[in-house]
Amino acid sequence: MKYVDEFRDPKLIRQAADEIRRLARPGRHYRIMEVCGGHTHAIYRFGLEGLLPENVELIHGPGCPVCVLPMGRTDDGLALAELPGVIFTAFGDVMRVPGTKGSPLEHKARGAEIRMVYSPLDALKLAQSNPGKHVVFFAIGFETTAPSTALTLLKARQLGLKNFSVFCNHVTIIPAIRAILDSPDMRLDAFVGPGHVSTVIGCRPYEFIAQDFGKPIVVSGFEPLDILQSLVMILRQLAEGRSEVENQYARVVPWEGNLPALRALEEVFELRPYFEWRGLGFISQSALKLRDEFAEWDSERRFDVPGIRVTDPKAAQCGEVLKGVLKPPQCKLFGTECTPERPVGALMVSSEGACAAYYHYVHRLAEANAAAGSLEG
Amino acid sequence: MCLAIPGRVVDFVAETPQLAVVEVSGVKRQVNVDLLRDEPLGPGDWVLIHVGFAMSKISAAAAEEQMRMLQMLGEDLQAMEEIAGYQFGRDPS
Repeated sequence: MKYVDEFRDPKLIRQAADEIRRLARPGRHYRIMEVCGGHTHAIYRFGLEGLLPENVELIHGPGCPVCVLPMGRTDDGLALAELPGVIFTAFGDVMRVPGTKGSPLEHKARGAEIRMVYSPLDALKLAQSNPGKHVVFFAIGFETTAPSTALTLLKARQLGLKNFSVFCNHVTIIPAIRAILDSPDMRLDAFVGPGHVSTVIGCRPYEFIAQDFGKPIVVSGFEPLDILQSLVMILRQLAEGRSEVENQYARVVPWEGNLPALRALEEVFELRPYFEWRGLGFISQSALKLRDEFAEWDSERRFDVPGIRVTDPKAAQCGEVLKGVLKPPQCKLFGTECTPERPVGALMVSSEGACAAYYHYVHRLAEANAAAGSLEG
Repeated sequence: MCLAIPGRVVDFVAETPQLAVVEVSGVKRQVNVDLLRDEPLGPGDWVLIHVGFAMSKISAAAAEEQMRMLQMLGEDLQAMEEIAGYQFGRDPS
């Protein structure tokens, strides 16, 4: 419990940790998945696993957009970047994601016109100020980010902008959770629900988890106390034999979600019949594509996208880590061939990836302690 | 990727009402507030910003908490880079 005093409310943290210990029945093992990569980051950063009893295990879920994107999609995007007259734009997280022939940053170093943007609206502006070029925006993210792409596309249509298109890689969280629940090797007791995705979709879409699968899910904030309180709420449901959707993060997440955002998604996007997820394989109706009315702004229809399928580097076990079957350090490449400086898989790229989070907050600390120990010895 | 940055609305852009001038730790940038069109929004209100869009209206206390959270996660500099890096709004200097 060495971290407790560093928290803002050490007393409340201690109370929550005590309550978790009280509720977790000895002899039962609890496997609870936090769906969102932001939660994974916070859990490692604050060493929250150290506050939990041994029989409460946190499984890191698929909620890190760059981590679940198969390498072939990055290659497809980079094939667009190599077309003459194209400016390829993407968020910072995407810039370091490895493709077969290197990351977007490496392609940029080799001369491709690649720019990092902080908003899809910046990509749109780039198209307006470069009428002789075509700007492709590599769109990625769950429902948190997809509405911003939708509004940007509505704006492009309103402006009649001809030299802008979106290479859409938006995915939706519910089918991924369903795939995990349907997977025979996943034995989970409950979920910590994503915070920011839920500001858009609300809490209702999670009801099938409670009703059809009998598992509790608690939508959670990102503070250490939020996450611990969510675990208390989950364990209380399990102790009382309940399975419900509860909202611990009501100060930010409205139960019904954000209706203008949902309307924009509905207007611009439709579900793809299926989409490949790294680690989870093909999941039906789990990703978004542009509706026919927006075909003009759809990179996949304007250009000949190669549709590359790449199997992950054989030794990398990203898939197993993504499904929670392996912990990050159990991967053969972890910390040796795959590091945040030279990532082999995307889980090592994003701060929301389980491997990067584990590497920064557990692995480095352990190495530093070992070094200090050997100096003292 | 899923950075949610707290900012305070200080003004609106006259000819484009879907844009608001938002201040984050002293840096003012235009942010799209179209997703909050269903609720009243005025100067002094706090919002959570994600990739140039205000995603939700929050209390001042929640905003303060979120900023501290970004600091604790070591994401505060990245958040400020993002806010300062938005190109789509004219600098309301």
